[in-house]
Amino acid sequence: MQFGLRWLGGAVIVLFLVGCGESGSTLTVTGSSTIAPLMAELAERYETETGIQVDVQSGGSGRGMGDVRQGLADLGMVSRALKADEQDLDGHLIGRDGIAIIVHRDNPVRALNDDQIRAIYTGKMQRWDAGSTEGRPITVVHKAQGRSTQELFLAYFQLENSQVQPDRVIGENQQGIKAVAGDPFAIGYVSIGTAIYEADNGTAIRLLPLEGKPASLAVLAQGGYPLARELNLVTHGEMSQPVADFLAFVTRTDMADVYHDYYFLPAAE
Amino acid sequence: MADRVAWLAGWMLLALVMVPVALMVTALWQQSADVLSVGFLLEDPGRAGRSGGIAALLISTGWILALCLLVAVPVGLGCALYLSESLPADSRRAQWLGGVLDMLAAVPSIVYGLFGYQFFAITLGLGFSILSGALALSLMVLPLMIRSAEQAMRAVPMGYRQARDALALSRWGWVRRILLPCAAPGIAVGIILSAGRALAETAVLLFTAGYVLRRPDSLFDSGRTLSVHIYDLAMNVPGGMPRAAATAVVLVALLVALNLLVRRVLRQPMTEALV
Amino acid sequence: MITTSSLPLSDRLLTLVLRLCGVLAALVLGGIVVVLLVQALPFLINEGAGIWQSTWQPGQGEYGMAPMIAGSLFVSVLALLLAAPVAVLLAAWLRYFAPRLRRPVLAGVELMAGIPSVVYGLWGMLVLVPWINQWVPPGASWLAGSLVLGLMIVPLALLVTDAALGQLPLRYQRAGEALALSRVGMLRRVLLPRAAPGIVGGVVLQFGRALGETMAVLMVCGNVVQWPDSVFAPVRTLTANIALEMAYATDDHRVALFASGLLLIAVTGLLLMASWRLRGVSHG
Repeated sequence: MQFGLRWLGGAVIVLFLVGCGESGSTLTVTGSSTIAPLMAELAERYETETGIQVDVQSGGSGRGMGDVRQGLADLGMVSRALKADEQDLDGHLIGRDGIAIIVHRDNPVRALNDDQIRAIYTGKMQRWDAGSTEGRPITVVHKAQGRSTQELFLAYFQLENSQVQPDRVIGENQQGIKAVAGDPFAIGYVSIGTAIYEADNGTAIRLLPLEGKPASLAVLAQGGYPLARELNLVTHGEMSQPVADFLAFVTRTDMADVYHDYYFLPAAE
Repeated sequence: MADRVAWLAGWMLLALVMVPVALMVTALWQQSADVLSVGFLLEDPGRAGRSGGIAALLISTGWILALCLLVAVPVGLGCALYLSESLPADSRRAQWLGGVLDMLAAVPSIVYGLFGYQFFAITLGLGFSILSGALALSLMVLPLMIRSAEQAMRAVPMGYRQARDALALSRWGWVRRILLPCAAPGIAVGIILSAGRALAETAVLLFTAGYVLRRPDSLFDSGRTLSVHIYDLAMNVPGGMPRAAATAVVLVALLVALNLLVRRVLRQPMTEALV
Repeated sequence: MITTSSLPLSDRLLTLVLRLCGVLAALVLGGIVVVLLVQALPFLINEGAGIWQSTWQPGQGEYGMAPMIAGSLFVSVLALLLAAPVAVLLAAWLRYFAPRLRRPVLAGVELMAGIPSVVYGLWGMLVLVPWINQWVPPGASWLAGSLVLGLMIVPLALLVTDAALGQLPLRYQRAGEALALSRVGMLRRVLLPRAAPGIVGGVVLQFGRALGETMAVLMVCGNVVQWPDSVFAPVRTLTANIALEMAYATDDHRVALFASGLLLIAVTGLLLMASWRLRGVSHG
């Protein structure tokens, strides 16, 4: 017991010493969970190159903007364009992405027009009507509140969230992909980048074209994909030098491979 | 006849419970087979967790766990001593405090997360940090710690107490020289159980310790624990599944090791301590 | 008890520190309630009645939580109905029919109790949900949640029951043998009824655990805010709602989530009182 007490006391002292060595030069980036993995990887590279630490916290675009306004974060990740009432923030375009409609790989459906998708999501069309899935009930996978993926989807299809009749509500992109890959009769929507990555790596999903335009990076790059979105970093008020440096770094052309790795388009393309 | 039916039914029930868990562990093992190696434990994660290992996370987890116990153990022991030594078991105050502890034990962990986020991260200004996470976790495990320690202390034989009174031993002397050493195995079990509970927790840490993958430099840095890593890799990182499974295998192995430790300390299954 | 003033300084200090620790533990509960209440109070005053409605559309200022309160209760109740009989029968079987298996099985069950809930959830999402989906879509449902939760609470419910049976005096068993009762008859008529208070009290505590579980439920329940029309329909629980939306919520929406945290504490408190009553414990 004597030994135990002494050990405990030692540990307390060590912890306090460690605790006091707080480093001041850390940048904090919070927001969109779609951008978070990309940003975490860019932050890793930035640290290796400059030694400056960048903390990336996942949440949603709304949280990113809120944190920046309150000064809790230096940069906010927002996976859509800024709205008219958000002009107090400065948006910095870092890349482009889109939202892809996905179904199970074994689903014979090859295309759905906007009206059909609207009918499916509002519960007017409840069963598949073609090929091997004919007559089977559709599992409608929808995103939870506060995600910009969900806001953009609703805005594009001119729907109110209360009109949607979901069978499954998911949080992050990967949960959506797992939900569709595990259900032959499901339909969902996720970030194009995430969807292409998973489809290319053998996950049982298929990306459907939108208005006849295939959900691919090539179409996205030409500006032809209808449900495209911006990936932004936002700041509030005057930008400090470290923040400006980091912004310049993440938009550098030699960082393009990181974006490509996640199947996002860097802003320059 | 009835006995034979019972025999059959028993085996079926056993299979019903054990088979899914066995399948679960096998599936994890298979998914992680390509990733799992000694290097996985020693390397830092790279590419948002899609490459490399989990060394930095083991460090963050270790810090959070150590700090959590550093707060929960002394306070827990103090409270247990108060319950077992200063208050008669049937006094109003003891029953009241017992009720509070039962209530604390029953509060959903996500509520500790909400509280920790609001109080430690925002009000106290600790932000997303190891410290916020550890403090929120320590509150969560406190009731478990207190209850196991209290049980161990109450189990100290009555004769010792009578001897104490006969010898007019000071309270402090009694606690330090007799009570704590006698109750040590039970207290150790409480500590290990609390550590297991803290290791397995995800919801609390999402809002308090945050997501950062780097090795923490100080207690004010955000740090990701193993369980948060599993959740984030599986739910949010494209191609994260193999490493999520591998991390899960490591975490389960750690928890099994803690369980074996309890057995060593008690020289018997921890059944009674858990209940 | 010895009066405090006659004690040496170290003892008085000890008494003081111990009392402080006790106060601190009580303060934690109070602190949690106060912090949540401070956040949620303005909202509760303005929109308090709204939380008993059925529509949860934070974007449109509708914060009805009734279906989620029901969802939490439904998922936990079914989990308990599935897990409790299995746990009780298995514990009885191990003790009275297969005593040689008891130690190894309990050891395995203890390990099960230690598996983190994220792992159960992941398995539920990748294996159980697609499997239910083959029979009755959509798969992610009340039933899926209850099955996963059931699997999670079987271990502790089994251990509690085993302990309750272990506390029965041996003479019950001897008397039964002397009367040449069959083992099944003895269990049904004597042993299980005798151990019932302990078993029920312990099992109700597991209900609390099921109610508080977050991550596993979030992954398998489908999270649709609605009154389920069957066990195959998706539901959202209060805990899943907090985990799903907290990181994304701002303003009133965020505050509403704090209010749902308070609601969870209230529900847990009620349950706990029920369990005290069942076990015949009184708390002031």
